[in-house]
Amino acid sequence: MTSIADRIAGAAPADEADARGAATADLTVITLPARAERELRLDLFRGLALWLIFVGHLPNNIVTWFTFRNYGFSDATEIFIFISGYTAAFVYGRAMLEAGFVVATARILRRVWQIYVAHVFLFVIFLAQIFYVAARFDNPLYAEEMGIMDFLKQPDVTIIQALLLRFRPANMDVLPLYIVLMLFLPLIIWMMKRRPDVTLVLSVVLYALSWQFDLHLSAYPNGFWVFNPFAWQLLFVFGTWCALGGARRMSRVLSSPVTMWICAAYLLFAFCVTLTWHLPQLNFLMPKLIEQWMYPITKTDMDVLRFAHFLALAAVTVRLLPKDWPGLKSRWLRPLILCGQHSLEIFCLGVFLAFAGHFVLAEFSGGGPVLQLVVSLAGILIMSGMAWMLSWYKHSADKSAPRKKSAVGNADMAGGGS
Amino acid sequence: MKSDPVTLLGLSLLVGLLAIAPARADPASCDVPAYLLLTESPLPKVEAAIKSGRPLDIVVVGSRSSSIATSEASAWPGRLQASLKERLKVPVNLSVELQVKKTAEEVATDIVKLVEGKKPALVIWQTGTYDAMRSVDPEDFRTAVGDGAVALQGAGADVILMNLQYSPRTESMISASPYLDNMRVVAQEHEVPLFDRFAIMRHWSDQGDFDLFGAGHGLDLAKRVHDCIGRVLAKFVVDAARLEPAQQN
Repeated sequence: MTSIADRIAGAAPADEADARGAATADLTVITLPARAERELRLDLFRGLALWLIFVGHLPNNIVTWFTFRNYGFSDATEIFIFISGYTAAFVYGRAMLEAGFVVATARILRRVWQIYVAHVFLFVIFLAQIFYVAARFDNPLYAEEMGIMDFLKQPDVTIIQALLLRFRPANMDVLPLYIVLMLFLPLIIWMMKRRPDVTLVLSVVLYALSWQFDLHLSAYPNGFWVFNPFAWQLLFVFGTWCALGGARRMSRVLSSPVTMWICAAYLLFAFCVTLTWHLPQLNFLMPKLIEQWMYPITKTDMDVLRFAHFLALAAVTVRLLPKDWPGLKSRWLRPLILCGQHSLEIFCLGVFLAFAGHFVLAEFSGGGPVLQLVVSLAGILIMSGMAWMLSWYKHSADKSAPRKKSAVGNADMAGGGS
Repeated sequence: MKSDPVTLLGLSLLVGLLAIAPARADPASCDVPAYLLLTESPLPKVEAAIKSGRPLDIVVVGSRSSSIATSEASAWPGRLQASLKERLKVPVNLSVELQVKKTAEEVATDIVKLVEGKKPALVIWQTGTYDAMRSVDPEDFRTAVGDGAVALQGAGADVILMNLQYSPRTESMISASPYLDNMRVVAQEHEVPLFDRFAIMRHWSDQGDFDLFGAGHGLDLAKRVHDCIGRVLAKFVVDAARLEPAQQN
């Protein structure tokens, strides 16, 4: 039985000749007790999360029916944050072991800066879109909704608030959350290295406190952060905990059939509940008491039901998809894996393409299902092509650079951080 | 809710069939599948008023999306009144209190004062859009809508909540779903019928009845959409008030 733990324990020698060469190269020169191979399942699912985030940001279309959120409580955001915590701990945990706390922290901060710049870039694209709509779209039916343009009247305030991460347009909330989580990564890893379980417990306590005392970060002009970092940190810290040995210790629980049955039952329950959202005809089947207890399932504070749904999904996935599954090396999954390996770039590209796709669909008056399909597929193709190019570039850059330099300089890119 | 299994099965089959039945693409028909208009919450005050033959007094508390700038009479409140008059034997008085650029919390604090003098049997409260645009904390929003609904019920009126418009062009700028979800929760909690304007308009858009996506359709589109909303809402009110056909024309 292969478990999630193998990804850490795995002492398989990294295959230099493998296509993944560039990605694994820097890990192989790090002298750790066990040389770990790159965990392709992480890349695969992060790639999938990126595709789904892209499709999910397109206006309501038929392809959205393939996204998880229609079949359960959790969605791609959970996957993205968890895997980001996992890989970040993996990469920077090593860096901390190798180069010490200060250097690793400096590298993490450099990564934070990259993410911040990416966020500002997306904000500029958003501005372009909103200016365009403001100038072209004149529909008396939506006179009220067009009031969203009011902030254009005070760019002096709005743009500064955007730079402070306090003004975030819709759909641009993942990166600010990520920035805050990454800022605390040095502390998290430092504690994890000493008392992993205590750290995890502290994270759970913070999560509970955020519910009890309604902790949140305020936003501009009013309101709050759409993804509450006080709550979402739990998923990120849980990812680091798994990466730094937790997964191995959990493997017994994970391989027990009882766990599987509980997970499967919960996933089925969540599926049935979501079914009543999409087919309101079935709504009368939902007992009112359960409804009142369960709703609303908040995404902002990462409802316990969402977290549990993610855990169940992860447990079942790890069980069904062993680490050495040959399909992971097939060319058909290659685009997904490549996207997962360049997640920051592909994430930004995805948000940009979602804006562009929205524009295309709007200009052609809502488009038919065919156009929706074309836009979605085109976006995924562009994302995959870009990921392939980035990977090709890094590979050839690594080959021409001196061995030592590439090993150190690329730690951020090695699937970590992003 | 208790129902015997046979009724339940029959009902689900019926509803299922209704949902499957293809919608006609005739824009004037304002077709809406039955499940979008189902509500378990009654409107006792409305029912009593009509059964006793008294005039039906309605107040609409809404934001700018309850009006059309240059032709007020063709906005949905006016269309609702006209359609109710057609359907019912009693006179229908309707007044509109537009609360432009106010959050639900701001409206809720003096919503009773707004309707006080008119002693309405029914208050239709359309809200959520401005809160979504300002991204007000959804929990604060939920509390405010709940408080407002309870205050109105306390003042002796039935309440119908109406949610946001479906607005595909601003979908990437205004995040509607937390506000839609929370209005649904409030409606369940306080047994208030929710008129799901968002789902209804999205249905029309998906069916191709109205092109809500494109630019520059002007006044005509707005009028047609409001007309349909008014007519569908009239049907919703009559159904929720459980009026026997005898009370209707």
